[in-house]
Amino acid sequence: MTAARQFTASSMAVRTAAILFVFVIAFTGLLSAAYKWTKPAIEASALEEKMKLLNDVLPAGDYDNALIDDTLQLPPTDALGLLEPSTVYRARKQGQPVALIFEAAAPDGYAGKIKLLVALRADGSIAGVRVTQHKETPGLGDYIDPRKDKNKAGPWINQFVGRSLANTPDKAWRVRKDGGQIDFHAGATISPRAVAKAVRKAVQWADGERDRLFLEKRP
Amino acid sequence: MTRDEFTTIARNGLWKQNSSLAQLLGLCPLLAVTTNAVNGIMLSLATIIVMAIANVAVASLRNFIPHEIRIPVFILIVAALVTVVDLLFNANLHELYIVLGIFIPLIVTNCIVLARVEAFAAKNPPLNSTVDGVFMGLGMLWTLGLLGAMRELLANGTLFGGIDMVFSSLHPIQLLPENYPGFLLGMLPPGAFILLGCMIAAKNWMDARAARRARQLPPTPVEALGCH
Repeated sequence: MTAARQFTASSMAVRTAAILFVFVIAFTGLLSAAYKWTKPAIEASALEEKMKLLNDVLPAGDYDNALIDDTLQLPPTDALGLLEPSTVYRARKQGQPVALIFEAAAPDGYAGKIKLLVALRADGSIAGVRVTQHKETPGLGDYIDPRKDKNKAGPWINQFVGRSLANTPDKAWRVRKDGGQIDFHAGATISPRAVAKAVRKAVQWADGERDRLFLEKRP
Repeated sequence: MTRDEFTTIARNGLWKQNSSLAQLLGLCPLLAVTTNAVNGIMLSLATIIVMAIANVAVASLRNFIPHEIRIPVFILIVAALVTVVDLLFNANLHELYIVLGIFIPLIVTNCIVLARVEAFAAKNPPLNSTVDGVFMGLGMLWTLGLLGAMRELLANGTLFGGIDMVFSSLHPIQLLPENYPGFLLGMLPPGAFILLGCMIAAKNWMDARAARRARQLPPTPVEALGCH
């Protein structure tokens, strides 16, 4: 190999590397510009989505505080089925406690965990429950999620609304097949059974902790 | 671009070199996503947008890209543009993003984008490349829509399941009786493979019949590029 050809090869390599470098700089620049430019809008819509979910379990007219800011961090709580820290939202109206909104999980779904969002009013009754994440069989057990429930007028999950430990005895927090008061669709008992149990446990936990949670100052 | 060029590109995209039936490209997202017609159509719509943009970008820059490093540069361009599209969708069309959002990252791994950039956009002017991207996507749209529709009909007896996630006023159509027991294979990937095989066979049969009528030899099948 002659010196001249070696020179050509290395200059070729440098030229190619330089072009690749220019492309990398240009497109990384494009990416970071797009990221910076879209960040506020993306954060705003993520917040809006969160509020929409919160308002699904507790009507927006029932409270007047900034729900997203009045929160507490909970350590992992066994009674809620949570192995990770979670957030409690505290709804108030004119300073008076209205409801607690918190996460819970049913560990014994048909296909893994079913994650829930529960709103419990200050009088101990349930304002709403939503399934936020699940892997139940599509078309069979997924009616626990009202978006998948074929009965749009009265989705399955709404039968928890208004229930409290006072008006629903311990044994009634079960599907009818197990002697409780919770309806279920034939052929898919495991998912509603898991949800009913998790909701009962969450309500029992929150009933005991309610006063402390409402009074506790934000850290 | 002449009218003839346009017709050729359109015919190639929709039928002759159909990405799913002839080139067999992007099978991995195809099998995973087409559990119903709506998902298949949504993935195709996202792909149309990304392919048109990627093709235009590569076609415009094609004279600046050295042949030796074209693949890394193409990957860079495609990945950057897909991410930008993802961010813009999330920021400005959030409602649509909730529906299409999960499909857009899938497209980065879909080699059909890279294949069209390499096979077409790198050699053709921007306008032709845009048309190629759009029609390749449209070819994918009808194939995936049909495959998804067959799968959900077989598995659940419904059509357009999940449409209420896109347009909340619409509802899936129950085609088979409510008590249809369901056929799980249709929903699982093997069912997609079998049905896709049937669709490829049907296309080959129709091509062979057309060629016989024209008293020509059947066209040589397009060689699959061997990626998923």
